[in-house]
Amino acid sequence: MTTEPTSAHPAKPADPAAVEHGETQPAAKAPAIGAGETQPAAKAPAIGAGETQSAAKAPAIAAGGWSGSGAPIVTAGLTKRFRSGQVAVDAIDLEVPAGSIFGFLGPNGSGKTTTIRMLLGLIAPTSGSVELLGEPMPKAQLSVLPRVGALVEGPAFYPFWTGQANLLRFDAADRTADPRTRKARAGHALERVGLSNAAGKKVRNYSLGMRQRLAIAVALMQPRDLLVLDEPTNGLDPQGTREVRSLIRELANDGTTIFTSTHLLAEVEQLCTHAAVMSRGRLLRQSTMTELRSELRPRLVVRTPDLQQAERTLTGLGVTDVKRTDEFVDGDPGELPIDKLAAALVAADVRIHGFGIERPSLEDAFVALTGEGFDVAE
Amino acid sequence: MAAEVVERTPVARPSAGRHTVALFASELHLVFGRARTWVLLAVLAAVPILIGVAIKLSGSSGDAEGFLGQVAGNGFFLVVASLALSLPFFLPTAVTVISGESLAGEASLGTLRNLITAPAGRSRLLAAKMVALALFCLAATMTIWVSGLIVGIVLFPVGDVVLLSGTTVSLADGLFRALGIALLIATSLLGLAGIGLFVSSLTSTPLAAMAATFCAFIVFGILGAIPQIHVIHPWLLMYGWTSFADLLRDPPYWHEIGRNLLMQGAYLAVFYAAAWARLTSRDVNG
Repeated sequence: MTTEPTSAHPAKPADPAAVEHGETQPAAKAPAIGAGETQPAAKAPAIGAGETQSAAKAPAIAAGGWSGSGAPIVTAGLTKRFRSGQVAVDAIDLEVPAGSIFGFLGPNGSGKTTTIRMLLGLIAPTSGSVELLGEPMPKAQLSVLPRVGALVEGPAFYPFWTGQANLLRFDAADRTADPRTRKARAGHALERVGLSNAAGKKVRNYSLGMRQRLAIAVALMQPRDLLVLDEPTNGLDPQGTREVRSLIRELANDGTTIFTSTHLLAEVEQLCTHAAVMSRGRLLRQSTMTELRSELRPRLVVRTPDLQQAERTLTGLGVTDVKRTDEFVDGDPGELPIDKLAAALVAADVRIHGFGIERPSLEDAFVALTGEGFDVAE
Repeated sequence: MAAEVVERTPVARPSAGRHTVALFASELHLVFGRARTWVLLAVLAAVPILIGVAIKLSGSSGDAEGFLGQVAGNGFFLVVASLALSLPFFLPTAVTVISGESLAGEASLGTLRNLITAPAGRSRLLAAKMVALALFCLAATMTIWVSGLIVGIVLFPVGDVVLLSGTTVSLADGLFRALGIALLIATSLLGLAGIGLFVSSLTSTPLAAMAATFCAFIVFGILGAIPQIHVIHPWLLMYGWTSFADLLRDPPYWHEIGRNLLMQGAYLAVFYAAAWARLTSRDVNG
């Protein structure tokens, strides 16, 4: 449930847990409780060794909270079962490393958006836990979310207001946002997403792509430690897509961790340093892109009418994972020299119509993982 | 300290402090910056014009009783008559529209998720919605007050006010009492506003919220019209709504007025708490 720390109960110094998770700014955890303007990272040393329950329960926090080195997103056994009984997210353990561009990949309906909603405290998990920037969600949402920029399930705005007015409204909802710089920050955010010229136009008259950019501008109103972007390039034309991707890279270079969901493989391949694959509510895989790519082993493909003979020969030569179809035989040659394999096939009287090495695409790997196709329209 | 902070934190936000009122101001902007709100207020402003012109054209006070019968003689009573005549229907309708829209409107646009991830804080968001609603109630009755006064002065003679108890007071005193009536009526609408806010927290369809709130209002009216269940009448939402007239006595009868205020406070407390329980536990899927 949303246990939103209410402003009616300021953290009681006598209660360490309240100091830890209360609605006070992260800074208040610091040695300088009361110096409200200190920064979140300053909170660490105050949490004394083992003196609080919460510190014992949450070692990540006791170890100094999120200070740029811990994982900005950690979930444990995160599960969401809807009232209908459908399990949308099934016990997933995500760990998004700091500084990564993390691609959260899966077909439509695989539970990506539901996961993101739980990360951000929009919906309550049925079981399991979420830690965002080292603090438990949704308990610490008022102190954590100002440092997180979010775009959830497509852009949502007041159509009867201008783009700029919409930005100002959402910024005003964040009480850590300085009203004096609000307009300037809105102007800067609009500029970054290329909407300066449309700032005074009503959102009703925006195209889907412009709304998408405006949604990204909302996330850019403040400097953030973490950006959670749900399908950020949805509805954008190819040019807009390229711009958003380069913007994401730029933000990542500034040190912001980016968690972006997508059903587009191309996006992950071009953009991400890490990826996780969801399918039917389960997290099938998460690793670095380098690791994923290295697993895509090249396969030897032999086209021949003598399928059985070819299969026998290749297996005999030490080719592993040999499979036979109606038209070809393929397998993993490992370190075996290709030319020797060809010679051996010929020697075994296999008529060769085609012979070659094929590198599987990332898509093949994901299809193998999920057992279903991806929308690769792009 | 400061240097250490900058060194350890990738995000530098030196001005991070508390700007709690910004959301409330933004909420007012949302309610009063919409054409729909101004249409509603314009309709309310038209009530005194309608009544005033009708009485002026008929040329006499006719057989009308109560405040209406006194309008032709003293334009001041147009203020009170307009407020009294708007109370059974126009004002509740306006409150129903605005309160039904409040949370369900955000949910249907999807902006509720932006506000929650901002983060507005669900409790604070609800408080901002309620404050804006209360101010709308006040704006609605004040619109009638101002419009009634202007139309009354333009169309009719205006002078000292004879109160219900027979005492005569100055026009200024009368207008001050009428101001109190506008305030009381605005407060009388808070119970309904609370119901609307709660219903609005249940759905993502503003129209459904408005319809349901209006239905609740009608049901209260029907219950109040069935004499067999008179025992529950004193506890119905609108039972004390007409108590505002007691301000036009000398001295005013405070008993019924006070009771009505308590009733509205109780209805508001119950439904605000229900709305809070709902909003703070709601899964925001919209």
